[in-house]
This record gives sequence, structure tokens and C-alpha cells, in this order.
Amino acid sequence: MTTAATKAGTRTAKAKPATMAQALGRALRDAMAEDPAVHVLGEDVGTLGGVFRITDGLAKEFGDDRCTDTPLAEAGILGAAVGMAMYGLRPVVEMQFDAFAYPAFEQLMSHVAKMRNRTGGAMPLPITVRVPYGGGIGGVEHHSDSSEAYYMATPGLHVVTPATVDDAYGLLRASIASDDPVVFLEPKRLYWSKADWSPETPAAVGPIGEAVVRRTGRSATLITYGPSLPVCMEAAEAAVAEGWDLEVVDLRSLVPFDDETVAASVRRTGRAVVVHESPGFGGPGGEIAARITERCFHHLEAPVLRVAGFDIPYPPPMLERHHLPGVDRVLDAVARLQWEADS
Amino acid sequence: MTVQELPGAATYRPTPPPAWKPITDPAPLLPDPEPYRVLGTDAIADVDPELLLRLHAELVRGRRYNTQATALTKQGRLAVYPSSTGQEACEIAAALVLEERDWLFPSYRDTLAAVARGLDPVEALTLLRGDRHTGYDPREHRIAPLCTPLATQLPHAVGLAHAARLKGDDVVALAMVGDGGTSEGDFHEALNFAAVWKAPVVFLVQNNGFAISVPLAKQTAAPSLAHKAVGYGMPGRLVDGNDAPAVHQVLSEAVARARRGGGPTLIEAVTYRMEAHTNADDATRYRVDSEIEAWRAHDPVQLLERELTGRGLLDDEGIAQAKEAAERMAAALRDRMNADPELVPMDLFTHVYAEQTSQLQEQAAALRAELDAEQDHDHSAEEGR
Repeated sequence: MTTAATKAGTRTAKAKPATMAQALGRALRDAMAEDPAVHVLGEDVGTLGGVFRITDGLAKEFGDDRCTDTPLAEAGILGAAVGMAMYGLRPVVEMQFDAFAYPAFEQLMSHVAKMRNRTGGAMPLPITVRVPYGGGIGGVEHHSDSSEAYYMATPGLHVVTPATVDDAYGLLRASIASDDPVVFLEPKRLYWSKADWSPETPAAVGPIGEAVVRRTGRSATLITYGPSLPVCMEAAEAAVAEGWDLEVVDLRSLVPFDDETVAASVRRTGRAVVVHESPGFGGPGGEIAARITERCFHHLEAPVLRVAGFDIPYPPPMLERHHLPGVDRVLDAVARLQWEADS
Repeated sequence: MTVQELPGAATYRPTPPPAWKPITDPAPLLPDPEPYRVLGTDAIADVDPELLLRLHAELVRGRRYNTQATALTKQGRLAVYPSSTGQEACEIAAALVLEERDWLFPSYRDTLAAVARGLDPVEALTLLRGDRHTGYDPREHRIAPLCTPLATQLPHAVGLAHAARLKGDDVVALAMVGDGGTSEGDFHEALNFAAVWKAPVVFLVQNNGFAISVPLAKQTAAPSLAHKAVGYGMPGRLVDGNDAPAVHQVLSEAVARARRGGGPTLIEAVTYRMEAHTNADDATRYRVDSEIEAWRAHDPVQLLERELTGRGLLDDEGIAQAKEAAERMAAALRDRMNADPELVPMDLFTHVYAEQTSQLQEQAAALRAELDAEQDHDHSAEEGR
């Protein structure tokens, strides 16, 4: 699990193991300390420090007015954040779990995503909506959805998801600093992944929208993000034994989408597999595969394949390991890339 | 079922008004059983005559605005217009009670409140004309965009008021919603947040009898919409929505209380929508003429005019002057709306994000090419003639 995360290691003497959860908390703290306009609000974010403890200590350090336990109402939380942003604050909203964010969809779709556009640029909304997402932690129903496709399909939103401890810090800081609304998807099962990390000298992260090559290779490209990055890194290591040298691209940002990095990689390798755990039908993989086909058709040696979660409601936790794309499924797809027209 | 048996709105029955009680903090939560009234009661003596005349002039102007905008829909100059004829007292009072630093959160029917607050009448109509969504800078006028989804602007008002209070500004947010909007989840969440946060917000429900075609009796089982306040722990107030000075008084009191830290208030103004939901709607399918006639006798403009002339504050000349001013406004509006708005197709891509994504840059380039091709085609067609 830590393969990807540890890549950022060896930077300073001060670096020591930190979890993604700690890096996220540190990002919130630093953003609040730097800018009094940054306010955190959500369910249980105050005294409890959030159910995942991401906001731990913020209420104590900055007070209830800066880190606010709200009534239990997602539309109300996000709707209030809209008004706060209209008055010049930079709200960071926590949606406790992926599927609990759905009541706030109308606010997100009708107002958060559109306010800049509706007002001809006069009223941008610098809101960050943090959504813990995805499965693999044994959560019961409604605690493991991957809802990125809905957010991606809504113009006006940025959709960002870190897969490493460094990116968790850097991307969250960039999201809070963004004048546009950002849906910040936090891969739950990577919350406790560790890397050597120095909060005093956090890694520089470019503007939102830049993918990164996590592993270079020549045989094929695995394109992934968030919780599936460690899976792909592990698959790439395992593929070496099969004689395959896989490149792994971590998208980090689904909107804006980094066509350039993805296309450049696929042109080098000629083969691509998109890996994510949200359902495949109507999912991000279809869009990504289409974009690759449009840009790289003459470089492709095989169709772009997708490895995704099944097209089913998220299963009960005792069955989720069958649903989540694992290393074997990724390797199977890689094997299918040795494609011949008549096969 | 005969026509007369059609379920109607909660019909207004003039009754003796309750004694006016100045509200102290903490204010009583339960609304009085009858809507508060000023016109035709002793309470009128306490109202500043200058305010009464101002209300009258604004009501006359507002009524004219409504008829002019409705006429513009028939001429194809407006795509749609949800008239607030009959509800002018609520619209005007909403605008007049606010200080400049306060914020107004209107629904799609509240164009008149925005205009009475000082917004350019044409800027207020861009949404309904169809050339752009919000034709004004909300921050400049402190008027949120006219909101089409129901009640979703109410939590915005709460958030803004809360933020202002956190910053130490004595700003009040006035949020407007219709009777139908009170059934939405956002209405509930906004009121609850406002009460818990003690946010300086005033919620004004214009109960105009119908949510498109559905009468109030099918919308709620509550004794009144103002009663809903009790469950949230905020005062509820019931006011005659056609009695301009009464609406002004009740709103002023709630705004003042919010400003001094007393928290939110829910006000139900009982009024009536004299026109259809919009010009696209056929109101004869769901309500009867007799009901409209009953309300016509309780018209907000006439009510105030009668009071003012009866008290010698207004004469025929004064009425004529108000009407002339309204006509001038209408003529100017007509002229300006007859000019076609200038539309720039490339603006489609300008305000989606702070910086255009590479995807939008590609799409913008494609549209640019289409537009250039169109222009070339037009040119060659002209040359060929």
C-alpha cells in the first residue's frame, strides 16, 4: 500500500512517517493559520475532530467559529457555505461519507458549480468540499461509494483526489487557495497509508490539473487515481516478472483533466488500461478511454481497456474484495493488451 | 364537482386586528392567530406619513412594472415573466426596510423587490429575457441572483448573515420564498441553521395562495406557515401581505431584532397572486373568478390609496403624479427592452472557471471556427448579391 507514498520520501532530515490523514489535517491547520477567511464546517468536525480525525484539534486552536459543528444536514451545510463564500470567507466543508453527500447535490449542482457562471464572473465561490470516498475499509452500506463520475459531469467544479501523503497536503492547500469550488475526494482506505513526510517542507504541488507519472515504463500505461494507485503500482511491480514494463500515471485531478500527460504517456507505450473502483458504466474510465482514442489512435496497439468496479450498488463489506479491482484484475487486463484483431 | 367547489387558497377574511405588541427579546414564538394589519386600524396613526406616501409611490410604480413586463412577454421581448401583481406590498416593503449594507435573497418572482432596492429594471430582467442568468453584480447591489430552484437561496442567506456576524458587521439578510417553497428541505435546513446559529436573517414567506396550481391546503397541514417557526425556536409572525405599512412594520421589527443579535424571524405575509404563475400558465384550470374578485377588493395599491386619501394625505393630483412617474419608468423600460441585447457567443466559455481548462480552450476554438465560417458565408452571400 505504501509503495507510491514512499516515493516522495528521502527529502529532509526532519522527515518522519506520517499518514495521509495527518497530512490532510496539517493542510487544514496551515491554511487556517495563514488566512483568517478559511473556515471549516461539517458534522462532528469540532469537538470530535471528525469521524476520521482529519479536523482534530482545529476547534481547539481556532475556536468554534472557525471550525464549526453544524446541525446534521448536508444541504444546509453546503448551502450555508455558499452564503459564507458570498461574504468573502473560504469555507472548507466536510461531507462525512461519500453517500451522505447526496442530499447536498442540489446545492452543489445548482449553486456551487454555477455561481461564477450565473453571475458573469462577479461571484466566484472558493469552497472546498471534502468527501471521503471509496471502499476497502469494511464500511457498511452507504459508506463506500465512489461518486466521482457525478462530480466530473458537472461543469464548474474541480475534482481532485490525492493518492499520496505529499499530494494530500499539497492538493488540499491548492484546493483551499483556489477561487473555484473544488470537490476534494479523499480515498478512505489510504487515510492510514504512511510516508516519510516533513510538514515543514511540504512537497510543491503544481496547479490543480496536473497528472504525474509515478512509474516510467515502455510496455503499457496504467492510468489511475486515488485508492487505485497503490494497486496499480503493485501490479506494475508484479508485471516485471512477466516481462512487462508498465508506466503508471496518477491523474490527481479529474477536472481539469491532464490530456497532455496522459496522451504523451500512451503515445510512448502504445497501450493503456484505465483503473478505478467506481462502476465502469458511465464512469470516468469511459471518458478517459475516449479521450485517449481521440488523441492517440494511430499510436495504439490495442483498444484502451478499463478495469473498474462492477456496475452494482456498492456491495456489503464481506463481499467487497470481489468488487474492488485488485492486482490480478489489472494484470489480466495487461495480458489482454497483447491484442490481436481476430482474438 | 361544480366550479364553485374547487379548493381555493386560504381566503383572506378581514377581521379586527389584534392589539399591536412591541416585541421584546426573547420574542414570543407563536404568531398571533390573525394577520397583523395597520390600514384601517388605530395603528396607522403611528406610521410616518412620509413613509406612507413613499410606499404608495413605490406600489404604483411596482404595479406598472408588473403590467409592463407582462406586456413584454406578449411582444416576445421577455421569454417569461412571473408577475407579482397583487403582491407589491410584500415586494416593496422587503426592499424598503433594508439598509444599504443588508442583503436581499430573492426568488424568481421577486424582480420587483430587486428593482425597488435600486437595481436597474433591465438588469433585473436579463434572467427572464434569456440573455444572461444574472445581469448584475450581486456584491455591488447586495442582491443575490434571482433564484429559480425553490428555497435553495435560504441557506445562502443564513451563511452570509452568519459570516457577516462573525466578521463583526451588523448586516442582515432578508430571504424571500413562496408558500410552495416552505415544503422544500432547504427551507427546513435554513431555518434550523439560522436559529441554532442565531444568524441575523429574516425569512419572508409570501403566501400567495398557490404553488403554480396547488393550493395552500394541499401544501401544508400547519395552522399557518408562520407557525412553522415555533419548531425551530424562532418567532413566527403573520401579517396581511396586502397591507404595505403592516408588512413594513413587521419586517422592520424583525430586521432590527436580527441586527441587535436577537436572531432570525419567520414572517408569513398572507397575500394573493392575481395573475397566473407565469404567462405560460393557465390559472383558470385551478381557481375561480369569485376568489380573484374577493381579493381584488383587497388590492394592496387600492387599500393604501384609500387610506391616504381618506386621511387627506393624498389627493387626485398626488395620485396622478405617482402614475405619471410610473408611466415614465414603463416607457423607459419598454424602449430599452426593445433594443436587442448584444450577445457574445464566446462568453459561453469565459466564466466557467477562473482559468479555462484545456478542454474548454479546445471547445472555444471550435466555436470560434464555426462563427468565423458563418461570417465568411454571410460575407460571400452579400458579395454574390
